[in-house]
Amino acid sequence: MRLQVPIAIGFLAGMFMIVQYFVPHPAFKTAYDALEEWVMIIGAFALVLGLQSLFQTHIDKIRRRREGYSYSFVTLISFAVMFLVGMIYGHRPGTLFDWLFDHVEVPLDATIFSLLAFFIASAAYRTFRARTPEATVLLVTAVIVMLGRVPIGELIHAKLPDLAEWIMVFPTVGAKRGILFGAALGGIATALRILLGIERSHLGGGR
Amino acid sequence: MPEAAATSSTIFGLSTQIIGIWVAALLTLAIYSFLYGDNPAYKLGEHIFVGVSVAYGAVILWYEGLVPLLINPLFRPHLVEDATGPKYSLIIPMVLGLLILSRFVPRYDWLSRWPIAFVMGLGAGLSIPRSVESYILRQMHGTMLPLLPPGANGGYDFLTGFGNLLLVVGVVCTLTYFYFSARHEGLLGRASRVGIWFLMVAFGAGFGNTVMARISLLIGRVQFLLYDWLPTIGIHLGGPGVG
Repeated sequence: MRLQVPIAIGFLAGMFMIVQYFVPHPAFKTAYDALEEWVMIIGAFALVLGLQSLFQTHIDKIRRRREGYSYSFVTLISFAVMFLVGMIYGHRPGTLFDWLFDHVEVPLDATIFSLLAFFIASAAYRTFRARTPEATVLLVTAVIVMLGRVPIGELIHAKLPDLAEWIMVFPTVGAKRGILFGAALGGIATALRILLGIERSHLGGGR
Repeated sequence: MPEAAATSSTIFGLSTQIIGIWVAALLTLAIYSFLYGDNPAYKLGEHIFVGVSVAYGAVILWYEGLVPLLINPLFRPHLVEDATGPKYSLIIPMVLGLLILSRFVPRYDWLSRWPIAFVMGLGAGLSIPRSVESYILRQMHGTMLPLLPPGANGGYDFLTGFGNLLLVVGVVCTLTYFYFSARHEGLLGRASRVGIWFLMVAFGAGFGNTVMARISLLIGRVQFLLYDWLPTIGIHLGGPGVG
C-alpha cells in the first residue's frame, strides 16, 4: 500500500501529461498550466529538505569540533545574513539584498568559475599530448575553435574564425545529434519505466 | 560589471559603491589565492559563497515562487489581479508540499513518496512526447538537408552541401558507435571508427568552447580588479571602469 499508492499517483499524473499533449482543448491547457504551478509549489517545499541537510552537516561539524569547523560558522552566518536581509528588505533592485548579490555573490561566482581556467589549462596539457590519431583530432579541433574565437586567430589566418564556425555547425552537430538521439531514447525508456512502476529508486527504500 | 553598478548612498562617509568594489575585490583575491595553495582566505570565500548562494536561492524562491503562486492566491486574494476569491485548488499542492516534510518524521516518512511520485510522474509523462518531438523528429528533420543547396548566381553551394553530407555521415557513424547489439566488424566497424573521429571533433570543439568561456570570466575579473578596484586606491590604468 505504501508503495502501490505512489506508483498509481505517478502513473495517473504521467498518463495525464501524455494525453494532454495530444489534446489541444482549452480545458487541458488550463489543467496543464495549473499542474505546472503545482510542481513549482511542491518544489519550493522540497528546498526545506535541502536547507535541513545543509544545516545538519554544518551544525554536526561544529558540535563535533571537526577539522575546519570554524568555516561552518561562516557558512551559517552568511546564510543567515543574506536570508534575513532578503526577508526584511525584499529582493528588488536597490535593496541591501540586491547590493549583497551584486558585490558578494556575483564576484564569488564569477571568480570561482574563472579559477577553472587555470585548472582546465593544466588538464589540457595532460590530455592534449597527442599520442593517438584520435587525440590529435581532439587537440587540433580544440585549438582551431579556441583560436577562431579570439582576435589573434584572425591575425594568424583570415579564414580561421570561419573554419571554427564551420566545425561548430557541421561535424560537431553531426556527432552531438547522434549522442542526442541515444540520450532521448534512453530518457524515453526511463520515463516509461517510472510510469509503469518498474523504476522505483526515486521512491526510496522500504515497503 | 554588476559590482560596479552605481549606488549613491553612503555609510560612515564612504560611498556604498566604493565599499561594494572593495568587498568584491577582496573576495576575488581571496578566491584567487587558491592558485598559491589551499588557505584560510580561500576557504573563507568558499564558505561565504555557499551560505550566500543558498540564502539567495531561498529568498528568490519565496518571493518569485511561493508568494505569487501559493500565498497570495490562497491567503491574500485581494493582492491578486482578477481574483474573485481564494484559489482553494492550491490546497492540494500545499498539502503535497507539506507531505515532503514528513521525511523529518521517520514513522511517517513514507508519505513523502506521494509528492515525489506526483512530480516524477508529471515529469516522466511530459518528457515522452516532448523528447519524441524535440530530440528525435525535429533533429531528424534538421539532419535531412539538401546535398546540393542553391547558391549565389543560380549555381550550387557545394561547401554547404559537403557540410550537410558530413552532418548525415556524422550522425549515422556516431549512432553506429553507440550500437552495441552487434560486433563492430567489417562495415559496422569502419563506420564506428569514423564515429569516434566525429566524437573527438565534437569533444575538442566542446573543450575549446569551455576553455574560452572560463577565460572570458577570468578576463572579466582581471578587468574589474584593474579598472574598477585599483582606481579606488589611486592607481589609474585607463580602460573600461566606473570612474
